[in-house]
Amino acid sequence: MASNINYAKRKFGNRLAMLMCLAATAIGVTWLFLILFSLLWNGLPRLTPALFTELTPPPGEKGGGLANAIFGTVVMTIMGVGVGAPIGILAGTYLAEYGRHAKLSPVIRFINDILLSAPSIIIGLFIYGAVVVPMRGFSAIAGSLALAVIVIPVVVRTTEDMLSLVPNQLREAASALGMPRAHVIWLVSYRAARAGLITGVLLAVARIAGETAPLLFTVLSNQFWSVNLLKPMANLPVTINNFINNPDGNWKELAWAAALLITLAVLSLNIFARALSAGKKDA
Amino acid sequence: MTQMDQSAVQFNVAAMDRSKVLGGMALSDKIFSFATRAAAYGVLLVLAGIIISLIAGAYPAIRTFGFEFLVTRRWAPQLDEPILGALAPIYGTLVTSFVAMLIAVPFGLGIAIFLTELCPMSLRRPIRIAIELLAGIPSIIYGMWGFFVLGPFLANYVEPGIVWALQDVPVLNIIFGADIISNISLFNASLVLGIMILPFITAVSVDVFSTVPPVLKESAYGIGCTTWEVVRNVVLPFTRVGVVGGVMLALGRALGETMAVTFIIGNSFKIDGSIFSPGTTISAAIASEFAESDDLHRAALMYLGLLLFVLTFFVLSAARLMLARLEKRSGA
Repeated sequence: MASNINYAKRKFGNRLAMLMCLAATAIGVTWLFLILFSLLWNGLPRLTPALFTELTPPPGEKGGGLANAIFGTVVMTIMGVGVGAPIGILAGTYLAEYGRHAKLSPVIRFINDILLSAPSIIIGLFIYGAVVVPMRGFSAIAGSLALAVIVIPVVVRTTEDMLSLVPNQLREAASALGMPRAHVIWLVSYRAARAGLITGVLLAVARIAGETAPLLFTVLSNQFWSVNLLKPMANLPVTINNFINNPDGNWKELAWAAALLITLAVLSLNIFARALSAGKKDA
Repeated sequence: MTQMDQSAVQFNVAAMDRSKVLGGMALSDKIFSFATRAAAYGVLLVLAGIIISLIAGAYPAIRTFGFEFLVTRRWAPQLDEPILGALAPIYGTLVTSFVAMLIAVPFGLGIAIFLTELCPMSLRRPIRIAIELLAGIPSIIYGMWGFFVLGPFLANYVEPGIVWALQDVPVLNIIFGADIISNISLFNASLVLGIMILPFITAVSVDVFSTVPPVLKESAYGIGCTTWEVVRNVVLPFTRVGVVGGVMLALGRALGETMAVTFIIGNSFKIDGSIFSPGTTISAAIASEFAESDDLHRAALMYLGLLLFVLTFFVLSAARLMLARLEKRSGA
């Protein structure tokens, strides 16, 4: 009799706990879908060709697009990855190959992991002090460097992880043929880990495409078409930031469209990167 | 020339080519090895650069305010002799992060338990990928959504009810009290922050839960444990260090998060004990004031940045050490 009650109690406790887990999942996933839904709902109406061909409008004016901001974001993202990814890949290579057992490597790994989740606004302050002040002005270069500092730890981490997955027998076989270490890395390790390395770079692109905080006081933004890398340059995240803080209805609509663009870009990059590394695993 | 001489010459040429090629290879190896080492040390340089430039930028404020900066409540940059104190942003940072964790940890862990123990196999991968994708959405999107959608909703439908229900309860009527309910408040910022870090907590917890050896769980099931008993008595104790590490990692993000919070917190340097009134955080203060600041005001914002960096550095270090401990154990 007592054991029956005990059993019912345990069963009830289990039901209750599992129901709460189910509810947590339902609520969590619903919240997150709500965000996507309001992005689509508010952003889709302005997702027209004009968005890609016209410049950001001055306050109070109708119409306009985000052409200059899209251009600026693409340019700065490419420059940020162009600077950050090679450094990240080299550093990751050191940690996985030459310096795998070096005394300093655990320290570098640890610091890299800290930088990976350091607040991005701190990176902005760092670049402000290290680049903007000496150069006497906000510039697209400063913004790109801030993004590069964010790219480096992401790429270091994925590069090291991916190179560590390459079987050591492959390296040993190549070394036994008399190849120097650098050639083993180029011709064997990099080839074996290629999909993983590309995934890492794509994830880094996705990470910086929507970064706002480090750009606020390194590039500022701009209402015009500007290709001068030494001057402030329009970009999507800071444009969103400026447009939200303004009661202008047209700006609000454009901010939603910009947010939708960034989200779609980031999501498709993430999905593409995943598909790439998943395809590799199956092969 | 005899035939023997000829072959000897050929042999010499071949040997010279060979040594040239080998020399070239050795040189490129040396250069490449040096380049990778330099890049790896570059990571350390970045950290050093961050610390040095923050201290250098903050120096005027450090000299003027010293450690009193940490306990001064007033923030008056417009005075002739500005009085600047970090207490309000520090308070806002800690309160929003704490409330965000209060919301996100139970939900994050609940989802992780659901995904590892309950969810049908065919749904596990899609839900997990969806959660990981949501962790990749830029924080400004969350901030914008909070500002335009969540803030007005809470202010119109949820918060007035809470304020009314608790108005006669001591203590709670201060924490949940407000004269005017607006779209911007510490609580709204915390909720957005909580929703934002939820996917991080879930993703790390799922990874950590999957380090539990199946044999342990199976033996617990074998003696008749219910799913909940297995989770509480086997999975959670086994992964405690890792779960705490994952939570600390999310805390590190919450403390330093800028764009999800800036629009919705109100940038007001007040401390009145209510989570329904506007406030500010360290990162929100920097984001909204830095561009228009100068001299001492700017240095004080740098000082705030330095404080934030030190704070997150310790939290993240603790998180990484805990996660590393779990990794070591599951590797052994």
